[in-house]
Amino acid sequence: MHITSPAFKDNARAALDDDALQRALGNVRSGFIGKRAKAAAALPEFEQLRDAARDIKDHVLAHLDLYLEAYADKVEASGGHVHWAQDAEDARRIILGICEAKKARTVTKGKSMITEEIGLNAFLEEHAVTPVETDLGEYIIQLRGEHPSHIIAPAVHVNKDQVEEDFRRVHTHLDPARNLEEPTTLLSEARAVLRDKYFQADIGITGANFLVAETGSSIIVTNEGNGDLTQILPKTHIVVASVEKVVPTLEDMSQILRVLARSATGQDMSVYTTLSTGPKRPEDPDGPEDYHVVLLDNGRSAMLGSEFQEMLRCIRCGACMNHCPVYHAVGGHAYGWVYPGPMGAVLTPSLIGVDQAGHLPNASTFCGRCESVCPMRIPLPKMMRHWREREFSRNLNPAAARYGLGLWAFFAKRPAVYHAAMRLAIGTLSRLGRRSGRFASLPFAGGWTRFRDLPAPQGATFQAQWAKKRKSA
Amino acid sequence: MSDARSAILARMRASLGQRAEDAARRAAVADRLQRAPRGIVPQRGQLDPAARTELFCKMAEAVQASVARVASAAAVPGEVSAYLKTHNLPARVRMGADARLAAMPWAGEPHLEIASGRAEGSDLATVSHAIGGVAETGTLVLTAGSDNPTTLNFLPEHHIAVVRESDLVGDYESIWDRLRQIHGKGVMPRTVNMITGPSRSADIEQTLLLGAHGPRALHIIVVAD
Amino acid sequence: MSADAAPAQTPPPAGLPPRVGLFVTCLVDLFRPSVGFAAVKLMEDAGCTVEVPAAQTCCGQPAFNSGDRADARDIAKAVIRAFEGYDYVVAPSGSCASMLKKHYVELFDGDPAAMERANLFSAKVFELVSFLTDVLGLDQVEAAFSGSATYHDSCSGLRELGIERQPRKLLQSVEGLELKEMQDSDVCCGFGGTFCVKYPDISNKIVSEKTRCIEESGAELLLAGDLGCLMNMAGKLKREGSRIEVRHVAEVLAGMTEQPAIGEKKRG
Repeated sequence: MHITSPAFKDNARAALDDDALQRALGNVRSGFIGKRAKAAAALPEFEQLRDAARDIKDHVLAHLDLYLEAYADKVEASGGHVHWAQDAEDARRIILGICEAKKARTVTKGKSMITEEIGLNAFLEEHAVTPVETDLGEYIIQLRGEHPSHIIAPAVHVNKDQVEEDFRRVHTHLDPARNLEEPTTLLSEARAVLRDKYFQADIGITGANFLVAETGSSIIVTNEGNGDLTQILPKTHIVVASVEKVVPTLEDMSQILRVLARSATGQDMSVYTTLSTGPKRPEDPDGPEDYHVVLLDNGRSAMLGSEFQEMLRCIRCGACMNHCPVYHAVGGHAYGWVYPGPMGAVLTPSLIGVDQAGHLPNASTFCGRCESVCPMRIPLPKMMRHWREREFSRNLNPAAARYGLGLWAFFAKRPAVYHAAMRLAIGTLSRLGRRSGRFASLPFAGGWTRFRDLPAPQGATFQAQWAKKRKSA
Repeated sequence: MSDARSAILARMRASLGQRAEDAARRAAVADRLQRAPRGIVPQRGQLDPAARTELFCKMAEAVQASVARVASAAAVPGEVSAYLKTHNLPARVRMGADARLAAMPWAGEPHLEIASGRAEGSDLATVSHAIGGVAETGTLVLTAGSDNPTTLNFLPEHHIAVVRESDLVGDYESIWDRLRQIHGKGVMPRTVNMITGPSRSADIEQTLLLGAHGPRALHIIVVAD
Repeated sequence: MSADAAPAQTPPPAGLPPRVGLFVTCLVDLFRPSVGFAAVKLMEDAGCTVEVPAAQTCCGQPAFNSGDRADARDIAKAVIRAFEGYDYVVAPSGSCASMLKKHYVELFDGDPAAMERANLFSAKVFELVSFLTDVLGLDQVEAAFSGSATYHDSCSGLRELGIERQPRKLLQSVEGLELKEMQDSDVCCGFGGTFCVKYPDISNKIVSEKTRCIEESGAELLLAGDLGCLMNMAGKLKREGSRIEVRHVAEVLAGMTEQPAIGEKKRG
């Protein structure tokens, strides 16, 4: 996927000017926040479960190598195959290799951010394998030639009338005069079109929300049922999962399940939580004959032991972006790569480099709302700050900003000089602003005054007034 | 690919500052996998059987499943017929080889046609038997096999699932205990489905619609026993 | 983040009034000294002795949040040194108080002695309203204001220090003041320190949402506990031609509203 993260500012401006997008983003604010709050409040143990979920993942990350070994052994014992991919290129090659061995021409796909991360669809298409996205949102954006703008609601940036246009454009075998005004008719049409695809597909590819080491199971959590049809109808099921998805036991999975859907959509439980273990058994009338798991590292092993390790607790619920004022303002595409919002602002620099994604950890007000709702208690603002530290120490931030900061720090570290200088500066500023009480524009303050007035200082500084008062007392 | 495996695991150990042979780490992992300690189990589901059944039904209905409670297994065929009739569906269902279902008096519903085996795309209604239900969220648990092929749970428009009241539990953990009893520790059927309500999507403007790719309707028959 | 506003610390020696070092904050020092005087009055009325060390400038957030740990650490050390002698350190800002209380300790990894000092310091630091209510046990003030007000929860105060009910409780005791809650009072105003000048377009979008909520509340006065947020919201309200006045919550609690509101010219 083409990376546009370096152009974040331009992307953001375009997003702010896009009326249709702004309308769609309203659905994020109204669609997720209240539901999550209600679901969390309805479960008295919710906060304890967040602690437990955090502790489980911390334990796993400290023993990640061993849990992966245990998991892989179990998969193989149940008749499945495990493939280890060091990077995206490895993963693409492995998956294509399986497709070629099966002479596959069509693959259906359950919703998977990891396959977005490795750019799987474009790669398969280049090699004459047709990927068909089956999650409704993913299907819509595949028709539009776009990428997800949200990790659980991939088409949240699209409005209903746009979906209607896309369906009319692509589903040319259907009556052009049909009525598609209601969202239900759009859903029924997608259901009917995709039904055939499940049966035609040679291979089904899904991601995984969890990999359970105890049993060698891969777990998907969905609402539509598309992931299940993807993994039980074709002859081959490929699971693509990043290494940090492993949890020790079914009990551990249950802890995290209890915070996952509540944080994501405000459901107590998503509709379908499905545990798949190996290929179908001899007596099973349905299910895949072959079961492959592709375990992707792609930079995660290097995050272990670093100040970004905690990011590997992320379970991709999307709560951080659902609650992020910056995401609400600009949407997911502005972030310029696969992962948007606060989790993307931390993860993206790890995966594509901070030189490319440097804007992302900076484009945050540090309001902390993401951390306050993160089910895994990931300190997202703190880790964004760590990225800023790396940028600062590598001189990656703009020269003007560094100069300004340096000048400010010079004064801030010298109180006497600071107070003398400020007394002068503020005296001048307050005289200039006395008449109106504010400035509509001011040299060197364009970033502020372009959109808002700058309140004028009241008069002498507090320190000056205080000193005078003490002297007279 | 074994090269990639060693490289990835070696990098992880290096990042963590650990050695592969560290016996204490291995013991910690083996112990957790063996003991499978329970974490926080919500009080919500910890109820006496009658209240547990009530909660299960309430939670399932809250996620748009319909629930019928019948007095015995003998009443299930009648309930299936009645459901089909109420929803203007043809008197035809598909089901697997489940012995509990097979033992029910289907002959008492002479108009009801019963197909067997895995589901086809054209099936409007299927019947399967769940191994249990979880009261805390109104979740059904079904396992794959010739008894209850997984496709029955996903392909029809209407999925009718039978569950015995005595198989209802308070929490997910109790289901894992039961699976271990049936299949052995660390062994799983090919597919375990936890199903909480009928299929849905909110991908168009965050408006919730039922019946995305899976069943539009989930009808749960709770059998007293 | 937990709301741990309640102090786990020994009270000052019995009989003596608590000695408070006021951390003025750079914005109050430069732009709105009346907030500092209101803070002094509130604490003196509650029986404290208040002093203002001259060796303070800024809490160091601009450096800390720009990734400049070295300067942030130097500033933190200077602030800790300047305030070590007081029973309490109080700032009329959730953001600066949180920097002093929560983040200074993060700056001294690998320097146990400095970390120890930062930890001792941290336990003494409070945001003004939290100090008045949670530490001094104040549940009402002697003040009057005739009109309706809405309160914006500034992010750091709310989510890092658990300040939410305290200002509302004290405001309810202000004679003549009617509190009208706005929608999304807990959502960021888009200030974010240097964020608002680094990403002005995004900041503008966020503050526009905020001013819409403020207008819709129907209140005549906007209050908050952080001058940065207040200047941002006041600047936007004034640019939009709004008649809503904007003040720091301390000004109303202290009954010191004779100065023009933020961004307003002198009356008469």
